[in-house]
Amino acid sequence: MKLGLVIDLDVCVGCHGCAVSCKQWNTSGMTGALTDYNPYGQDPSGVWFNRIRSYEVGDYPNNKTINFPMSCMHCEQADCVDVCPTGASYKRVEDGIVLVDQDKCMGCNYCSWACPYGARELDRSTGTMKKCTLCLDRIYDERLEEVDRQPSCVITCPAHARHFGDFDDPDSNVSKLVRERGGYQLMPELGYSPTNRYLPPRVTRLIPTEDVSKKSLISSVKEWVNKMVER
Amino acid sequence: MHPAFSVIGFTVASGAGYGLFILLVLAEVYGFADIDVPVALSSGLLALVLISGGLLSSTLHLANPKNAWRAFFRFRTSWLSREGVFAVLFYPAALLYLIGVYVNDAQPNGLVSFVGLSAVVIALATVFSTGMIYGCLKTIRQWNTALTPTNYILLALATGSVLLVMILAFADKDINAMAGIAIALLALGAIAKAIYYFWVRTVTGPTINTATGFTRAKVRLLDTGHTAGTFLTQEFGYQAPMSLLTQLRVVVFALGFAVPAALLAFMILGLPSGLVALVGVVAMFAGIAAERWLFFAEARHVINLYHGAQHT
Ligand code: SF4
Ligand code: SF4
Repeated sequence: MKLGLVIDLDVCVGCHGCAVSCKQWNTSGMTGALTDYNPYGQDPSGVWFNRIRSYEVGDYPNNKTINFPMSCMHCEQADCVDVCPTGASYKRVEDGIVLVDQDKCMGCNYCSWACPYGARELDRSTGTMKKCTLCLDRIYDERLEEVDRQPSCVITCPAHARHFGDFDDPDSNVSKLVRERGGYQLMPELGYSPTNRYLPPRVTRLIPTEDVSKKSLISSVKEWVNKMVER
Repeated sequence: MHPAFSVIGFTVASGAGYGLFILLVLAEVYGFADIDVPVALSSGLLALVLISGGLLSSTLHLANPKNAWRAFFRFRTSWLSREGVFAVLFYPAALLYLIGVYVNDAQPNGLVSFVGLSAVVIALATVFSTGMIYGCLKTIRQWNTALTPTNYILLALATGSVLLVMILAFADKDINAMAGIAIALLALGAIAKAIYYFWVRTVTGPTINTATGFTRAKVRLLDTGHTAGTFLTQEFGYQAPMSLLTQLRVVVFALGFAVPAALLAFMILGLPSGLVALVGVVAMFAGIAAERWLFFAEARHVINLYHGAQHT
C-alpha cells in the first residue's frame, strides 16, 4: 500500500480549515501536543503539520490566485529517514507512512534539513521533531464509521479539495484523479518521489473585468455620500 | 540557514584537532619533523582537547540531548551517525598511539606506526563524514557538492598543520619542513575555497516554478499563511546582508589563509618564535570561524522557495 493525499489546487479556497482540524486532531494524537508558543501574545506561533500559502500565478490579466496547502508528502525516497542518526524517523513498509518515534528523537533537526517540503517542525517544548502522521490513529480505527476513517484534513475540507487513498491501487479514487486531472509531484527533480499529488487548476474562460458596467449617477452619489458622512 | 555557534565551534575546533593529530602521526612516522615525547604528548593532548570540546559543543544544539546516545545506530544510512561512530573509534586508536610513542620514547616502531596510521585513517573518515553531513543534502545546493567534504578535509589539515608548527616552535625545534607543509596546505585550502565561491554563484536547481509545479508562468508569493515566525522561517529563513557576506569573504582569505601563511614564511626565514606562530593560529581561527559562518549563512534551503524566493 502507498497511502497519500491528492490536493486539488483548482478548488482549494485557502480557508485553513484543514490545518486547524489537523492541529486539533493530532494534538491529542500519537505525536502528542502540538505546542503553541505565546498563544495570546504579540507573535503567536507553534507547531503545525499542514501549512497553506497563497501564490499569484501568471501575469494580469491571465493571473490566478492559487492556495497551496502542504503537509508531509510521505516520499518514496524519504531522505529525512535516511539522515536520521537515531532511527527515530522511519517509513512504514506496510503503507508508506513516514513517522517520528517521539521516544527516540534527539531533536538534532537534521531530518528537517533533508526535507524539501518543510513537513517537519521541531516542538521546542518536547525537543522532538513532529510531522504529519496521515492521521494514522484515525484511518485504522475500526471503531469509527467507514467514512470517518480518513485523515482529519480530508474530512474537514469544505471545498472537497483533499482526497485520501492508496496510490498502489490503480482503481482507487486518488489514482483515478491523478490520471484524469494530470496530478503532479512537487520538485520532482530532487528525486524524493513524493507520494502526495497536486491537481492543477482547470483551464477556464477568463472573467473579463474591462466591461464591468459603468457606475450610474445614483451609485456615484451614494458612494460620495458614504465617504463623506462619518458614522 | 541559521548559523548556530555551537556547530561552528564544533566543526572548526574538532577539525583542527583531527588535522593536528593526523600531521603529528605523519610527521613522526615519516620523520619530517623532530617529534620527541613532549612534543608528541602536548600535540596529542591539544588535539584531543580540541576534538572533545568540539564534540561536546555539538551536543549543545540538540533539543533533546538525553537521546543523544541513540545517534550511533544508523551507521548504514546516516552520515551523522557515521561521524559519531568514527569519532568514538578514534579515541582508543589515538590513545594507544600516544602511549606507544611514550613507551617507545618516540623511536621508529612498526607497531606504533601502524596504530598511528589507523588513527589517521579514522580521523580522515570522521572529517569526511562531517563534510558529508552537509554534502549529502539535496535540499541545499550550496552544500550538495564534492567541494564540501573537500573543504572540510583541507581546512582540518591546514589548521592542524599550523597548530603543529606552533608547538614545534614553542619546543624550540626546527620548524622549516612543517611550516612549508602548512603553507602548502593553507594555499590548497584557499584555492579550494576560491573555487567554491566561484562555483556557488551559478544558480542551479529547483526554482519557485518547480516547487509549485507552475512552470509556465511567473509565480509570486501572496501570503505565507502565518502572522509570526515559524520553525521553518527561523531555521531556514536566515538571510545576512550582502555587504556583510562580501566583507567576511575578505576576512576568510586575509585572516584565515594569508596572515598565517605569511607569518609561517617569516618563521622559515629566521623568525622562529612560538609567539609569532601563536598570532598566526589566532588569526587563522578567526578566519576559519568566519569561513564556517559563511558556509551556513550563504546556504539556501529549498523551503525558501515556498516563502517567495525565486531560486535557491
Ligand atoms: S530531529 Fe529526531 S527524527 Fe529528526 S533526524 Fe534528528 S533524531 Fe531523527
Ligand atoms: S480545508 Fe480545503 S479549502 Fe480549506 S485550505 Fe484546506 S485544502 Fe484548502
